[in-house]
Amino acid sequence: MSARGSSVVVVGGGVTGLSSAWWLARAGHDVTVIDKFVVGWEASGRNGGGATHYQSPLFHEEQRLWPMMDELLGYPTEYRRERIIINLTEEQQARYRRMAAVTRAQGYQSSELGAKELRELVPIASEQAIGAQYFHFGGHANPQRTVQAYAWAVQDLGGRIVQHAPVTGFATQGGAVREVHTARGSFGCDAVVIAAGPQTGALVAQLGVDLPLAPARAEMIVTEPVPLMKIGGVDGNGLYGRQTLRGNLAYGGGPHEWLDESGTAQMARPATPLLRNLAARLAEMFPKAAQARVIRSWAGIVENTPDGRPVIDRLSDPGNVVVATMSGVGFGLSPASGHAISDLVIDGRCSFTDISKLGLARFAGLPRDWRAGCGWVAMAEAA
Amino acid sequence: MNDRFAIGGKLSKPREHAQLLVVGAGAAGVAAAIEGAQAGLSVVLVDENPVSAGLMGLDVPLFYGQRMTAAVQEEGRMVERIVASSPALEAAYDAGVDVRLGVTVWGAFVNGPAVRALPGRVAGLADADTSWLCGFDALILATGARDLVLGFAGVDTPGVMGVRALDALLSRYDAFSGRRIVFLGSGNLAAAAALRAIGRGIEVAALVEVLPEPQAAPALIDALAAHGVRVLTSHVILRAEAAGGDVAAAIVAPIQDTGAAERLACDTICLAIGVSPAIELADVAGCKLVARGAEGGAVARAVGVAGTSIPGVFMAGDCAGVIDPAADISVAEASGRGAARAAIAWLAGESLDETPAAAGAAAGDAYVYRMAWMRALVESGGMSAPVCLCEEVSRADLLGVQPPRYLGCDSRQMAARSAETLLQDGPLNPDQIKRLTRAGMGPCQGRRCRDQVALLLAMASNGSPQDVPLASHRAPVRPLPLRVLAADDESVEMRDLWDVWFGIPTQWIPYDDIGTEREAEILSAHGGGNMHL
Repeated sequence: MSARGSSVVVVGGGVTGLSSAWWLARAGHDVTVIDKFVVGWEASGRNGGGATHYQSPLFHEEQRLWPMMDELLGYPTEYRRERIIINLTEEQQARYRRMAAVTRAQGYQSSELGAKELRELVPIASEQAIGAQYFHFGGHANPQRTVQAYAWAVQDLGGRIVQHAPVTGFATQGGAVREVHTARGSFGCDAVVIAAGPQTGALVAQLGVDLPLAPARAEMIVTEPVPLMKIGGVDGNGLYGRQTLRGNLAYGGGPHEWLDESGTAQMARPATPLLRNLAARLAEMFPKAAQARVIRSWAGIVENTPDGRPVIDRLSDPGNVVVATMSGVGFGLSPASGHAISDLVIDGRCSFTDISKLGLARFAGLPRDWRAGCGWVAMAEAA
Repeated sequence: MNDRFAIGGKLSKPREHAQLLVVGAGAAGVAAAIEGAQAGLSVVLVDENPVSAGLMGLDVPLFYGQRMTAAVQEEGRMVERIVASSPALEAAYDAGVDVRLGVTVWGAFVNGPAVRALPGRVAGLADADTSWLCGFDALILATGARDLVLGFAGVDTPGVMGVRALDALLSRYDAFSGRRIVFLGSGNLAAAAALRAIGRGIEVAALVEVLPEPQAAPALIDALAAHGVRVLTSHVILRAEAAGGDVAAAIVAPIQDTGAAERLACDTICLAIGVSPAIELADVAGCKLVARGAEGGAVARAVGVAGTSIPGVFMAGDCAGVIDPAADISVAEASGRGAARAAIAWLAGESLDETPAAAGAAAGDAYVYRMAWMRALVESGGMSAPVCLCEEVSRADLLGVQPPRYLGCDSRQMAARSAETLLQDGPLNPDQIKRLTRAGMGPCQGRRCRDQVALLLAMASNGSPQDVPLASHRAPVRPLPLRVLAADDESVEMRDLWDVWFGIPTQWIPYDDIGTEREAEILSAHGGGNMHL
């Protein structure tokens, strides 16, 4: 038994794990977050920053919490409310009208902007745009700042952040995990949260649990600053993203590449010439910003479950483990997912909404070659 | 079953192909290209120069410090100057090398464990109007070195510039607007540049050196002395004095007595403390990088060879390890030819990888020298001096890991954080510090601050800059307008099968509808893709 330990060990210092740790620490629990490298280094710090997840059971909690997060955490997240989705085609318009209808049914207001109103709010928008959906909720934040904010807030509440400590295994006893082994020694625990992104599947496999996950690479680009718009959360035309509070345009979208273990094991996160296709769509949506220079691109690796929906579940054996993957859509929902996960650790059930459909049981009986079945396989090794 | 929304087969195909692609038409690159062409290879030699006046204004790729004359706006003249100042280029044309001037290579991409979707080995190229991909069998990077910028009060004043930028403006373009220069540094780099400037009729006010002895070879110091140029040893610059928005003087002082400041009238302050190998493309391609003080910084090749960790990717000239600035041009040319021979052998399936490396390598450990400067600048100049010029991040902001001022953050918790508290969580990482402070996030892509950030983090953690992780380089390695980068050769598959996210139909079903008849209806009616995050 290690001398080090805490009541809860969270494996994975991405937004989901960190938020869980923060909620647990707020509830008075002694918590340690373990990460293989640096907090938020993977997809948690490399995403579009959107916070408008109408499809999720955590949607209401997401919307309730974001406006308070700076104050609750004590550190800036750059959260800004509201979201505009530009429609360049009637097909796009039909899609986002449906999104407006779905959210309206949940009690969230939105309005439809005509071409002229759109250009008043978004001066760089294309003359070709036929209009936009203007959501008076949702929003966006800075992923990199937010991840660090969670980590610091955990420390401020007495929790520990252990970096550069890849988890190598678990010691179980009497149907519970008692120790988490890492490259930097072992950590004793009463309960464990495993929220390690693409690594989650391999980690829970060590506990004899099947969690079907397929990792894939997604890419984004960012420009130099352009004049600040009234609403930063503007996207569309096949892109997701935002204008940062500094003025940069940061956008992603388009095809992903499925990876196998060798593709996720190394730390490099290479981008591809896809940045040209992203640039084309961004210039098409914002022609008046077409002179803005692209200054970076990057890639992140996210994991997907077979139905693209999260798994947030407390295992039955070992019974003190909560496993969580947000299936590639975790940043915006993190304030709420952490709450739900912390509830599962403490009470075994989510206190504020039903998440029963996010259980692991739904994948029972899935064929072992499910990835091949949906074509989610890594490409052949190129010559 | 296939995933229609995955990337396979969708990326644009290369518009052209070279058996050997050489990036950089300096002495090493031109020699490499000629060697390749003479061996019968199809060789494309690309150089971004002349870069536009606009990019020069952003200090890309060198630290021009606004010291260029209006002549840099005449593109035709600039091309002529490049050809005139590089006689070997004509030999390259004669050897059948396909030479492209004014063409930027903004990325190099090679399939590996985390990317298999590339249409072969490709480089991203761009001119002033458009971008395209060039396939290659072998790649030689001869991208030279970039200016090392260390901060002091007024470092952002027009007239403060880097030594490679000075050389480019003075020798290559004949477009330098200064008349009297103070050099920071006294090694071969500074001394050789000062002598070249004198040779072109520019006055040199002095060389400033923090160490007790001049660092250049005695012959160079003697030559400077013969021109009446002083080397102020054990001195440091306190600030650039500005008049009318331009440098008017360098205020320098003995390190031990900064009260005894001396005013050196000048219109240009040239940072000649060091240059760093320009390894951006090697990093983007995925080459393993190693920090080596004797070679001027991080390099992408093993000792004594031109090859990198990626088969078929080679390094030549300063970017392979900075060559002694006082060395004859033949050293760089030999490095280029060595890389070409290694590439030729590799293409023939043989293994030959030797290059006259380190023959002219700058003596001493660059990191030790730079640390001496950094310490002197911090001790004399305090923490308010700028580090990142694009994002206006000071030393205090950087080591305080404080967010940018425009956020108006007044959190007590935030104010209590610093590099010191971050250090308790593990080694300081420049990319993490960048995310928090924005140092290195601006349009110059960190060229002007990354070395200094590493030095400051080394100081903050009582370590060596050699041990500070290298801040990452990302494509495009030059800032390029959306309109230029935008693909005009998009495949039909890319266009028709583009989804905002993964195009997983079940991902966007509202939670309440999951498992109901409504779910099946939505799936059959809309397919579920192209919804938003």
